[in-house]
Amino acid sequence: MNNEQHNPQTAGTRPAACPAAGNDSAVIAQATTGDYKYGFSSDIDTEIIPPGLSEDVVRLISEKKKEPQWLLDFRLEAFRYWKTLTPPTWAHLDIPTIDFQAISYYAAPVKKEGPKSLDEVDPKILDTFNRLGIPIEEQKALSGMAVDAVMDSVSVRTTHRERLAEMGIIFCSFSEAVRDYPDLVRKYLGKVVGYRDNFYAALNSAVFSDGSFVYIPKGVRCPMELSTYFRINSAGTGQFERTLIVADDDSYVSYLEGCTAPMRDENQLHAAIVEIIVEDRAEVKYSTVQNWYAGDREGRGGVYNLVTKRGLCRGTNSKLSWTQVETGSAITWKYPSCVLSGEGAVGEFYSVAVTRNRQQADTGTKMIHLASGTRSTIVSKGISTGHSQNSYRGLVRVAPKADNCRNYTQCDSLLLSDTCGAHTFPEIQVANPSAVVEHEATTSKISEQQLFYCNQRGIPTEKAVALIVNGYAREVMNKLPMEFAVEAQKLLEITLQDSVG
Amino acid sequence: MKSLSQYINLYAECRRQLDLVPKPIAALRPKALDALRVFSEQTMRRAPYTEAAIDRLLEPDYGLNIQRMGFAVDLSATFRCEVPNISTLLGVTLNDTFRPTESLMRNIPEGLTVCSLTKAAAGMPSVVERYLNTLAADSTPQAALNTLLFQDGVFVYAAKGVSVERPVQLVNIFNAPVPLMAPRRLLVVAEQGASLRLLLCDHSQRNDIDYLSNEVIEVFVHRDASVEIYTIEENGASTRHITSFHCRQEEGARLTLNTNTLSTATSTATYTIDLAGTGADTRLGGMVIADAGQTVVQNVELTHSVPDCTSTQNFKFALSGKSKGAFGGKIVVKEGAVRTNAAQTNRNLIASDDARMTTAPQLEIYCDDVKCSHGATTGQLDPLALFYMRSRGIPEAEARLMLTQAFMADVVDSISYDLIRDRLRQLVERRLSGEKASCAACAAENTCHC
Amino acid sequence: MKEALLKVENLRAGIDGKEILRGLNLTVHPGEVHAIMGPNGSGKSTFGGVLAGDPRFSVESGSATFHGTDLFGLSPEDRSHEGLFLSFQYPVEIPGVTMVNFMRAAVNAKRKYFGQEPMGAADFLKMMRQKRAIVELDNKLASRSVNEGFSGGEKKRNEIFQMAVLEPRLAILDETDSGLDIDALRIVAAGVNALKTNDNATIVITHYQRLLDYIKPDFVHILYKGQIVHSGGPELALELEEKGYDWIKQQHQS
Repeated sequence: MNNEQHNPQTAGTRPAACPAAGNDSAVIAQATTGDYKYGFSSDIDTEIIPPGLSEDVVRLISEKKKEPQWLLDFRLEAFRYWKTLTPPTWAHLDIPTIDFQAISYYAAPVKKEGPKSLDEVDPKILDTFNRLGIPIEEQKALSGMAVDAVMDSVSVRTTHRERLAEMGIIFCSFSEAVRDYPDLVRKYLGKVVGYRDNFYAALNSAVFSDGSFVYIPKGVRCPMELSTYFRINSAGTGQFERTLIVADDDSYVSYLEGCTAPMRDENQLHAAIVEIIVEDRAEVKYSTVQNWYAGDREGRGGVYNLVTKRGLCRGTNSKLSWTQVETGSAITWKYPSCVLSGEGAVGEFYSVAVTRNRQQADTGTKMIHLASGTRSTIVSKGISTGHSQNSYRGLVRVAPKADNCRNYTQCDSLLLSDTCGAHTFPEIQVANPSAVVEHEATTSKISEQQLFYCNQRGIPTEKAVALIVNGYAREVMNKLPMEFAVEAQKLLEITLQDSVG
Repeated sequence: MKSLSQYINLYAECRRQLDLVPKPIAALRPKALDALRVFSEQTMRRAPYTEAAIDRLLEPDYGLNIQRMGFAVDLSATFRCEVPNISTLLGVTLNDTFRPTESLMRNIPEGLTVCSLTKAAAGMPSVVERYLNTLAADSTPQAALNTLLFQDGVFVYAAKGVSVERPVQLVNIFNAPVPLMAPRRLLVVAEQGASLRLLLCDHSQRNDIDYLSNEVIEVFVHRDASVEIYTIEENGASTRHITSFHCRQEEGARLTLNTNTLSTATSTATYTIDLAGTGADTRLGGMVIADAGQTVVQNVELTHSVPDCTSTQNFKFALSGKSKGAFGGKIVVKEGAVRTNAAQTNRNLIASDDARMTTAPQLEIYCDDVKCSHGATTGQLDPLALFYMRSRGIPEAEARLMLTQAFMADVVDSISYDLIRDRLRQLVERRLSGEKASCAACAAENTCHC
Repeated sequence: MKEALLKVENLRAGIDGKEILRGLNLTVHPGEVHAIMGPNGSGKSTFGGVLAGDPRFSVESGSATFHGTDLFGLSPEDRSHEGLFLSFQYPVEIPGVTMVNFMRAAVNAKRKYFGQEPMGAADFLKMMRQKRAIVELDNKLASRSVNEGFSGGEKKRNEIFQMAVLEPRLAILDETDSGLDIDALRIVAAGVNALKTNDNATIVITHYQRLLDYIKPDFVHILYKGQIVHSGGPELALELEEKGYDWIKQQHQS
């Protein structure tokens, strides 16, 4: 335990006030500094275990969390399997070698006892969340949003729990779920994303520290948006959270996920798993606004966001809809997917991914049609600028026995600089003659005609770009719940400031 | 790739015979051998279907005609040209041995060379050296294997400014009493301002014997030159075909490539095209009709390296029976290749429960001032159109045939040379109506005398 | 009295398990023109589709006898050969198939059905020319793909042209007036009337009375909720024109 580390090096925790004057046009220089408004670090007592990963560390994590034996076994199995793997290299990403022994796998805000009410929560944490714009205190009643906030790896506070509990809805931190609903967790954990799924899934399965757990019972429509904000705070730590959502028959839930991290020089690792199970006629909407710290203009620092998200629509006429707005992270590697194994199940994926500076994103989805009458829609909008690389990667598969399946994919790329890259790697596998699968993709730069038209009407270029890009991304933004849509729109605008010279 | 070691051993054993080729060819062997040794240590590249994986295709123990034995085949008796009424400059490659026809020798125009590659390598070594294997460059196991083993090939050369109206028709024929691999090689050079039409036909005359054609084609289109290439593959049910097509286009050069796979056991082709000069233009069209257990894989790797080039691609598959199709189309636009205009479509029909289609259209773009698009669809014939036709009395089978033909119409219609276009239309109709495509079945009078 | 050309009894049919026709009865004799009218969603187009064999619809029970033959036992193409013609409300566009090839395939399939040789090219083109004149269809359309890029009026005239070529014993005109301006309507109607004989019959499916000013019906039926709830002479159409469909709906609230 090393309490010193709660106060990390200060470099990079504040926006640089004045960019180095270089040959780059002042506009671009301005655009690429000083606008990461979430780049502060909270001065909170943090309990961190020393860097390194071994069976002992896995045992220590499990012990700290007072976990049952079966969960420790699960972790150890995953860890042993992980040791046999090497990181995947197939993505269109240049991932520097990650020293997995240099990362601390557990960092929790120090707390004497679990807080019973908001009063007991460290005011600094509350302040952090307030600065993030998270409606955790007064706003909670107004917004009607139940929030679980995960700082570093530990769930800090879940609001509205009592009200939800009256309806039989479980919304709590993963650790609490393990303690209070072990049978439910054990029944579903690793069933959609097994620890053998991939390198990062194995890593997460071994060391995950917390996350959120949601269970919506039969026939219940969750009356409010459930929301989790993830924040990496401590230096040199990784965040490995795990989210498990189960929507029982005829239920509905809309789940929001927000992510931020302070600015730091070194890279931080985020390897999460999200598993969703959707039963008969149930519907889950999962929305993400991802704004992890993306590194500076030269590509220093930033979060490696290497995430496995998958939902299993095993219920008849079940529906899972992923919506994501990705603006942050130095590296994004993530493919929220739907396995459509219930007849008539519906999968959706709506994505806006913005990359700039030296950011790299390789993101997309998989739609696996295993049952008849399943339908899926994919809308992906990539926007790249600076020296960034932005890739869409997708798989649509129709199994031999799945009759009358439909997929429509629209995947557009917008290029805002002549030094960025925009790539599209879809794959379509059809093994049933009744399937109709359509894929369309376009790549183009922002229309000079549109810009000129806006300019002529007195709209400055910067604003015009934001307008045009917002219009371009609108189809996806419209899928976000209202509160999120506003935030996401602002985020887009900030991200794109001055990105066209 | 385990399959390669048998060929490496074969080369060691038969090196003396294999290197009895003119120096420009023999000089390529050592590098090819090195490349193969490296490939043999590597795991194979992912293929959409195992039967189309190169490792699997090269695995059987095929014979190679290393001793250059002549097979006693009366070409004129067995081969009837599938493309009659076109007066072509015809050359035939039997297995892997090129045989120019008399009419070719008689009618070849000034400035055009069509001859065996060995002859060219001996007679004009500097030209052959300048081009041969510079594009394929042992970049894949199949290309390196071809370079290690090929003993003959075809050389087509159009001198500066020479325009040849009459198509050069090169027919590849398999006919051997034993399983045979033919490493076929074609080198095409169109000098500045030249224009050239090539019709490449593939036939195997026996259905019951395993043949493998491992073909490498290199095409150089110089400044403001134009090359049109039409391929028709009508192979037997036991013939497998690997094609490595490479083309480099200089400033203002035009390439039209139209590939038609009408029958085969397994056919896998990669078309690698580099638009290396500004203002170059590429038009690719491809049609695949497959049924039974046929597998057809088509890959395009098209690179826009410089500004102001255009490319269009239109690939269509109609699959029935237990056939499998795969299309991989990659467009790369390099940094600085501004004002690129690249479009690709891939549309596929699946007409049976057991047919499979995999599509991977890819865009890799490193430049902002571009217009790039791709579209891919996989589905079936429009049921409304089918009912409309049946309600007018057209029997279902015929309606399906007409609709499938209509589906392919734009690929065929895009062929600018009308005689080839019309002939291909007939071939497609005949193919779709279930008639087995084979040379012997074509009873039409023809002007080709082999 | 002549033998019935079409006798539909107790027809129940629907789409995707939803019943649309709920026990429909209709008898048509040679030489007759029947109009079937009714509000939207009453099952008018379903009726035409079911008779022609549109695979989207399924017949649950009931029968349709077409000059002595069990219609539902025939494939769509054989129904056509036997003389049933459906003029589609929305004629289907078939890119890549030219009108000439389309019609040649249709004509020769019918000839084959009756054991005749295919029609020679010259005779066929001559016939096409003659039939086109009936609906004043532009010659240029013949070389175009079926219905592709045709205007609304051209599509409907193309339907009647096909009817003229195939010479059906029973023509079902499904909302042939929809989307037509008055000139096109007149041409289409004139075409239909020109093709009328004492041996064939026509069923005109329409929402409005307008078309019936040009194609005079002998009988008018009102289809409502999948059943024929009223039958009468031409005067019934005028009554509908005046009063609308509300009184029918009121009478049959259930």
